Amino acid sequence: MAVTSLKEYIGVARDRVDNYGGKQIVYLSWDHHLLFAAPLMLCLPPATPFGEVLRGPLAALLQADPDAAALDWSKVEWLKDNRPFAPDFSRSLADNGIGHKDQLRFRTPGLNSLQAAA
Amino acid sequence: MDMKATKKKLGMKERYRVLTRDLGWEPGYQSKEAIFPYVRYEGIKVHDWDKWEDPFRLTMDAYWKYQAEKERKFYAIIDAHAQNNGHLNLTDARYLSALKIFLQAISPGEYAAHKGFARIGREFPGVGTQVACQMQAIDEIRHAQTQIHAMSNYNRYYDGFHAFADARDRIWYTSVARSFFDDAMSAGPFEFMIAIGFSFEYVLTNLLFVPFMSGAAYNGDMATVTFGFSAQSDEARHMTLGLECIKFMLEQDPDNLPIVQGWIDKWFWRGFRVLGLVSTMMDYMLPKRVMSWREAWEIYGVENGGALFRDLARYGIRPPKGWDDAEKAIDHMSHQFMLGLYQWSFGTAFHSWIPSDDDMAWLSAKYPDTFDRHYRPRWAHIKQLKAAGTPFKNYGLARLCQCCQLPCVFTEPGDPTLTCHRETVYKGEKYQFCSDGCKDIFEHEPEKYIQAWLPMPALFSELGGDVAAWMDWVSLRDGADNGDYDGSRDQRHFDEWRGLATSNL
Repeated sequence: MAVTSLKEYIGVARDRVDNYGGKQIVYLSWDHHLLFAAPLMLCLPPATPFGEVLRGPLAALLQADPDAAALDWSKVEWLKDNRPFAPDFSRSLADNGIGHKDQLRFRTPGLNSLQAAA
Repeated sequence: MDMKATKKKLGMKERYRVLTRDLGWEPGYQSKEAIFPYVRYEGIKVHDWDKWEDPFRLTMDAYWKYQAEKERKFYAIIDAHAQNNGHLNLTDARYLSALKIFLQAISPGEYAAHKGFARIGREFPGVGTQVACQMQAIDEIRHAQTQIHAMSNYNRYYDGFHAFADARDRIWYTSVARSFFDDAMSAGPFEFMIAIGFSFEYVLTNLLFVPFMSGAAYNGDMATVTFGFSAQSDEARHMTLGLECIKFMLEQDPDNLPIVQGWIDKWFWRGFRVLGLVSTMMDYMLPKRVMSWREAWEIYGVENGGALFRDLARYGIRPPKGWDDAEKAIDHMSHQFMLGLYQWSFGTAFHSWIPSDDDMAWLSAKYPDTFDRHYRPRWAHIKQLKAAGTPFKNYGLARLCQCCQLPCVFTEPGDPTLTCHRETVYKGEKYQFCSDGCKDIFEHEPEKYIQAWLPMPALFSELGGDVAAWMDWVSLRDGADNGDYDGSRDQRHFDEWRGLATSNL
């Protein structure tokens, strides 16, 4: 049973993509860069080219990290659904299969100024 | 007809019987099932409601008398506090941030608990249970009122107190407490008792109230200390009711054990997430600190909680499933949370700040294994950004947990350098979580949690991402209620008024 109830009970999902006026939520997180206290939330049209997300809103948000200037997007390792992922920067979020509320993670081995030496 | 002379006064025991159990009756023209339709669907089996013991044996007339006496004392002190500018006896106005969070997140929870106990007092069949729930319902509404009254004096002088009800309903850091109570209130009566009567009152109250009330005393807040004293005797009664309920369920039928254990696992974890706020108040927001969050956890979590679960082991209850993950988070959570509050302080109806060198020395001494290694470098960088005239504001709104609704600031239980990422798909929709504990709760009852109203996504779905419109909607006055304490109106006013009170200039 998907909920403890007196009789059959069907809930209504509150944050379906239809509620976002043609846009979708995407979460982005830079592994081992915890100056940003939580994964970042962006609300974007699914037709936005992936590369544009990186150069535009994401780059602006990452400015505060001392590693931001050294970030080379061509060398970044990506994860989606916590599994390796190879996005095509020239294609859109939708074409890359990035859905509403998906979490993308990126890794930059060797780049970790604010992290304690292990 | 001759009047028969009766004894003038009933004995205590007889009086209790007459004023509680004697008020019940056997229904004649309706079935018990029809009158009490909600006591079976959770699966708890009860064979004899009379086995429910009320250890306090308090009757309603005695209750009124005690409470009235306490309220008289309480309001006398509150009046004195107001008339003598009690707010200027605070150690520092930074202390008020802890108070604002309490008023916005926790006091409304007292009111929610009132509504919940009023409801389950009607839903439970046993008379002893009904009377106990009735008294607790009245206690909880009194607590909400007296807290609001105690803090209303500060509203005359400081920012961030004026719209606590809007903050409770709409702002993002309060939703951890709001969703805790919404979850409990939309559960059946037995689960509600575990959520509030057991988890909240028994396991967590000490961690919430003791540090908070001691914090008030250490920081010169007589109004809040007085409230704490007034509520203390009620809390003892609430804790006993919660424990009584859990023992009652376990003694009534062996089939109840796995259900009760599941609720203990769930509500421990939900409560632990609410304590994230408390850990931050203790380690960062009290100018004069009582003890560290780690020290409080040792006393009230490990020692007291440990003793409780050893006591319940004879019924087959084991410690909550999330206990080990909780222990791993203790030395990290207050730092992770305060770093978040600071970088999102444009959206908080209280002030936060970069800890001073003294504060950091204290944190380093209290958290020798974690603070210097993981958190000092971040604060040092944030301090640098501020000194350079580019204070750190993270306008990338946070991913919230679908269950506890907190920003996902927590790290992997075994790796404090990596954010904890957990997700699941239900009916084609993706859901994100802060931890295994929260994901497990969701997966047990997904139809409930898919309905969660999450404040940050709502900024986009309801207000098109317009932050100024959002501030109006949550009654947050930009430049007054929010931002860094350093340079705030609260800081300026407190220093100026305290100066007037303590010098001749």
